[in-house]
Amino acid sequence: MAATGEPILRVRDLVKHFPLRHGPLRAQVGLIKAVDGVSFDLGRGETLGVVGESGCGKSTLARLLLGLERPTSGSVTVGGGEITRARGGELKRLRRNIQMIMQDPYASLNPRMTVGDIVGEPYEIHRDAVPKGDRRRRVRELLEIVGLNPDHADRYPHQFSGGQRRRVGIARGLALQPEIIVCDEPVSSLDVSIRAQIVNLLGRLQDELGLSYVFIAHDLSVVRHISDRVGVMYLGKLVELGGDGEIYGHPAHPYTQALLSAVPVPDPEGRERRRRIILQGDPPSPITPPSGCRFRTRCWKARDVCAEREPPLRALSGTGHAGACHFAEPREAPPPA
Amino acid sequence: MSDARVPAGRGDGFPGPSGRPWPPVPPVPPGPPAPSRPASLGNDAWNDLRRRPLFTGSAFLMGIFLVMSVFPQLFTSVDPYDATTCVLAEARQGMSEFHWFGTDNLGCDVYARTVHGARNSVVVGGATAVLTALAGGSLGLVAGFRGGATDTLLSRLTEVFFAIPAVLGALLLLTIFRTGEVWTVVAALAVLAWPMTFRITRVEVITVRAQEYVVAAEALGASAARIMFRHILPNAVTPVIVISTVNVGGFVAAEAGLSFLGVGLRPPDVSWGLMIADARGRFLEAPEPLLFPALFLSLTVLAAIMLGEAVRDALAPKPR
Repeated sequence: MAATGEPILRVRDLVKHFPLRHGPLRAQVGLIKAVDGVSFDLGRGETLGVVGESGCGKSTLARLLLGLERPTSGSVTVGGGEITRARGGELKRLRRNIQMIMQDPYASLNPRMTVGDIVGEPYEIHRDAVPKGDRRRRVRELLEIVGLNPDHADRYPHQFSGGQRRRVGIARGLALQPEIIVCDEPVSSLDVSIRAQIVNLLGRLQDELGLSYVFIAHDLSVVRHISDRVGVMYLGKLVELGGDGEIYGHPAHPYTQALLSAVPVPDPEGRERRRRIILQGDPPSPITPPSGCRFRTRCWKARDVCAEREPPLRALSGTGHAGACHFAEPREAPPPA
Repeated sequence: MSDARVPAGRGDGFPGPSGRPWPPVPPVPPGPPAPSRPASLGNDAWNDLRRRPLFTGSAFLMGIFLVMSVFPQLFTSVDPYDATTCVLAEARQGMSEFHWFGTDNLGCDVYARTVHGARNSVVVGGATAVLTALAGGSLGLVAGFRGGATDTLLSRLTEVFFAIPAVLGALLLLTIFRTGEVWTVVAALAVLAWPMTFRITRVEVITVRAQEYVVAAEALGASAARIMFRHILPNAVTPVIVISTVNVGGFVAAEAGLSFLGVGLRPPDVSWGLMIADARGRFLEAPEPLLFPALFLSLTVLAAIMLGEAVRDALAPKPR
C-alpha cells in the first residue's frame, strides 16, 4: 500500500543522547548518542521498515516515537500534535493515535492479568474511548480480529503459546484504534513458521483498518515483505532511506550493500554467484562515534574526506531514495535475498 | 473501522521475499485444554501449598497459637492476671493433675501463664511484621518506581539504619522509652527492621519496572498510580510476603529476648521471655517454669519460619 497525502507521522532531526555518569557524585563522563539526527515522514497506510544491527538506536527511536523518552532535541509530530513536547492530558490524547507492539511476547503481558483484562486495559485508561457496557464485547471482537478464540479472554498469558501471546499484544495495540503502530522487532522472538502468520496478520490488519506501521527489525527479508519504504540505521543515524525496491534492488550506501550481501540465500546456485561483503570489526562505540562519516572505520570506500565531513542524507533520485555517503552509487543488488 | 470481522487464518497472498506468496495462514492451533477455573498464579500457589506437609504442619501450628492468643480461655480457666490464683505455699511444684506444667516461684500455674503468654508473642510478631511490610514496602515501591533523587535519599537513609546493630539499637530505644508496653516493643522492632523490607521491595520494583508490560502500560497513557498498583506491585509483592512471614519468627524471638533482658514487657504482663527470666535462677530444682515457655517460644518461631519457606517455595517460578 502506498503513501497517500499528508504524512501522519513527521519526525524531524530527532536526537537522543543519554548522559553516561560515573563515580560517587554521578559526574557526567560522556554521552551515548543513541539517536543522532533522524528525520522521516510516514504516510497514511504506509509501512516504513527500519533495519540496522543491534545497538544502532532502533529501539530508542521507537521509544521516542511513542513519547516514552524525551528527546534531547528534534520533534515527533503525530496527527497534528507534537508528542515530544506534550504532557499530561495532551500526551494521553496523542497516544491514542500511536501505539506499540512490544518486542518480547512473553515479557510484554502482565502475568497477573487475564488476557481479557490486558486487551481491555486501554479502555480503562481512556474511559471515553468506548462506553462501559460495550467494553467486553469490544475485547471479544479484538481477540477475534487477531485470530484468537474470544472465549479464552479469562485465561492468563502463561496458558498461551508465543505466537498467541503476540496476537494478544497486537489486540492491545489495536484497542484504541490508532492510526500508527510502531512494531519493535515484533517477530524476532518467534519461530519462523509463526513469524509468517504474524507478518501476514499485520498485513491484513493494515488493509482492513488502514494502519500505518513503523516496522523495526533486523530481519531483512521480513522487512522487505511488509515494507513500502525502508530506512537503514547505523550508529544512531539513517544512512539510507528509500522504497523497498530501491533499497533491496539498488542499495547506494556501502553499509546497506554489505548488510544485504549477508542475507542468507536459500538457493545453492545464487549462493555461488553472489559476492559477499565482509565488514571488518564491530560497530564503533556510540559514546565516541568516528568523526565525519560514522561508517568510515569499516568502509572499503573511505577516503580522507569521509573523516573530515559528515555526509548528509541527500536525494539520489527523484523518487525519494536518499543516502548519506560521499561516494553513494546505486549498485546492482546482490543476488536476490 | 476495526469492526471489520474476518475469519481467522485467511491467507493474504503477500509476495514473499523470494517472490512467491507466503503460505496461507493456517488456523490458529487451539490453546491448552481449558482448565475448570482460570489458573491464576494465586490459585496455582494455593493448590501447590495445600499439598505440602511443610505448609500444612506449620499452618496448623500457627493456627493453634493464633487461637490461643485470641481465646486463651478455651485452653485454661485460670486467669494468670488474677493474683489470687497464685498460692505461695504451692510454689515450684512439679507437673500434676492440677498444674499440668507445675507452678512457678510465686505458686502461679505455669500452664495458664504459658497459654496467656502467646498473645503478646503473636501480637508483637504479627504487628511488627505488618508494620515493617507496610513501611518498608511502600517506601521501597516509591524509591524503586521514582528512582533518581528520591531513590538516592531513601537508600542512603536505610544505610544509616543498617549501620545500627539490631540488639544494641533495640536495647537503646527501649531504655529511652521505658513504658513496658507491647506497642513500644513493636515500634522499636519495626524502626530497626523496615530497611531490610525496603531493600528487597526496591530491588524487586526496579526489576519489574523495566518489564515490557510496564512500558506497554506507559505507552497506553496509564497513570503512575495505575502502573504502580496494577502492574508493578502485584508482580513485586511475592518476596515481601515471604520475608515478612519469615520475619514473624524473628520478631517473636526478639520480643522474648528483650523481655528477658528486662527492657521489653514488664510484670504484671505475661510473656514467655519474662517467664524464662523469672525461672532461670532455680532451673535445676524446678525446670518446668523455664522449659514450657521456651518450648512454646521455639515452636512459634519454627512455625513462622517454616511457613515462610513453604510460601516462598510455592510462589517461586516453576517450569510448566
